[in-house]
Amino acid sequence: MVPLWMFLAVAAGVFCIGAYGVLSRRNAVAILMGVELMLNAVNINLIAFWRYVEPLNMAGQAFAAFVFVIAAAEAAVGLAIIISVYRSRRSVIVEDVDMLKW
Amino acid sequence: MGATTDLGAALLAILPEIGLAVLATVVLALDLMWPESRRRNLSVVAGVGLLLLALVPLLVYPGSPATPEGLYWGGMVRHDVLSQLFKVMILVAAGLTSLMAVDAKGVGRKGEFYVVLIVSTLGMTLMSSAGDMIMAFLALETTSIPLYILAAFKRGDERSAESGLKYFLFGSFASAILLYGLSLLYGFTGQTSLYHIAQYLTSEAFANNPLPVLGTLVMVIVGFGFKISAVPFHFWTPDVYEGAPTPVTAFLSVASKAASFALLVRFLVAVFPSSLVIGTQEIQNFWVQLFSASALISMTLGNVVALAQRNIKRLLAYSSIAQAGYTLIGIAAIQSTSADGSAQAVAAVGFYMFMYVFTNILAFAVVILFSEATGSETIADLAGLSRRNPFLALMMTLALLSLAGVPPAAGFFGKFFLFQAAVQSGLTWLAIVGVLNAIVALYYYLVVIKVMYVDRSPDEDKPIAVSGAYTWVMGITGVAVLLIGTVAAQPIFEWAVRGAAALFAL
Repeated sequence: MVPLWMFLAVAAGVFCIGAYGVLSRRNAVAILMGVELMLNAVNINLIAFWRYVEPLNMAGQAFAAFVFVIAAAEAAVGLAIIISVYRSRRSVIVEDVDMLKW
Repeated sequence: MGATTDLGAALLAILPEIGLAVLATVVLALDLMWPESRRRNLSVVAGVGLLLLALVPLLVYPGSPATPEGLYWGGMVRHDVLSQLFKVMILVAAGLTSLMAVDAKGVGRKGEFYVVLIVSTLGMTLMSSAGDMIMAFLALETTSIPLYILAAFKRGDERSAESGLKYFLFGSFASAILLYGLSLLYGFTGQTSLYHIAQYLTSEAFANNPLPVLGTLVMVIVGFGFKISAVPFHFWTPDVYEGAPTPVTAFLSVASKAASFALLVRFLVAVFPSSLVIGTQEIQNFWVQLFSASALISMTLGNVVALAQRNIKRLLAYSSIAQAGYTLIGIAAIQSTSADGSAQAVAAVGFYMFMYVFTNILAFAVVILFSEATGSETIADLAGLSRRNPFLALMMTLALLSLAGVPPAAGFFGKFFLFQAAVQSGLTWLAIVGVLNAIVALYYYLVVIKVMYVDRSPDEDKPIAVSGAYTWVMGITGVAVLLIGTVAAQPIFEWAVRGAAALFAL
């Protein structure tokens, strides 16, 4: 059987790739994709922990299901906001969105 | 600790939330049925509905025969005096925000604005009573996702869209980090209930190595630090506050912050209590140090940068970072060696948020009226306000004095209780830094007051009209600020102490 640490390593890797994407990409849609990767890493974690640590208690699976829902809602709202910015600014590059400064 | 299974009591425990869901549906239906000319009344329906719902936690109080304190809904919801205190202030904040949104352009006549606001409030009330990690996360996102929409609500306005985008990008990143921390906590313990995690964390499984738990703790603090806009997770605050429609800024600065502090306190005390020691590392000691440092930097940075602001909303944004810093003193003071001292510290946090709700709503009500009448948010344009509308200038003065902590306004007792808790917990240096910061802060608040009363302006003969809803909002908050600063201080603090005691009596 695949040991638990392998799942956790994959999850940590996906999480870091997502975080790197958020911090390094300039396109708002790409940043959103980075956040989604991070949420998926959480799901891998939750399901792996559920299977290996506490398989009789469904809390981990339920948690993961809620994370899906939240991720979908977040993507819907995020894309709507990005479209609204694109309509007024003709750009989704975060560095171009700079009206608010001190 | 098992959860209550009595369905009737369980339904009563979430009565405010049920009321919010019904109210959201009612507002949505009225928005469809009413013609354009009557939409103005939506604000009254939502506002009065929310204020009435604020009475529900007081009537169905925790510890009453029908609803004993404890966990409900399989441990998801914790019904106690602390959640009652925070629910009342969140619902009041939401109600007053709805009332004062009425004349805000592009916001006030749209039914969906109030619906989204009410849904966000629903998330906040659940945040203040969450007893489980799943509930805590769901409530946090039910709060945040509507707030992203609200920040970007004025579709034609580039600044509003930009503010929504920034809030969304930073917010979703921070909550993903928080969630990763929560998933690790689940993995370490196999538990999702906040009240069961601590006892599993003390087990031998960590082989006296505190690093995994400390790492998780840091991730959780990143998530919460973002929500309460504590340094170093504050950089979104000024931009979002300035760009968002002003009623949303008011709501964001008080309700969202209050709910986050409620959840933060509960999370820290339940999951990382003082009894938790792994190896030689006292976990509580670790987070107290982090929050002391964050309180110090938040206060100083917020106040110093606020000195240079020319836009009143940005000034209030930096002021709110500083206020988060003061409140974090109370979080750090939980380290007190006596249980009584810890309870005092939590109570000081609750009291501070309670008075902050009324104070900041009052300040933003004036800002909304002024900017709707003149189209300006610049501090210099406030010149001559005392001659254009003496009542507005007086209310703004009261709010600013309360933020600065000058008696008889409410802020004085807010800061007094926080500094007292800090001294009792052996954090005298933090209290001294707080007092010094309050002096710096007094300067920029007084500058605004001076501009309103002393500076002259060519527009002085143009009075600013105040419509009915705003008179009510400013009347309620103005009286509340004065009452909390004088006779009501003691009863409310005692209420907060009972709430804090409920938090520690597990």
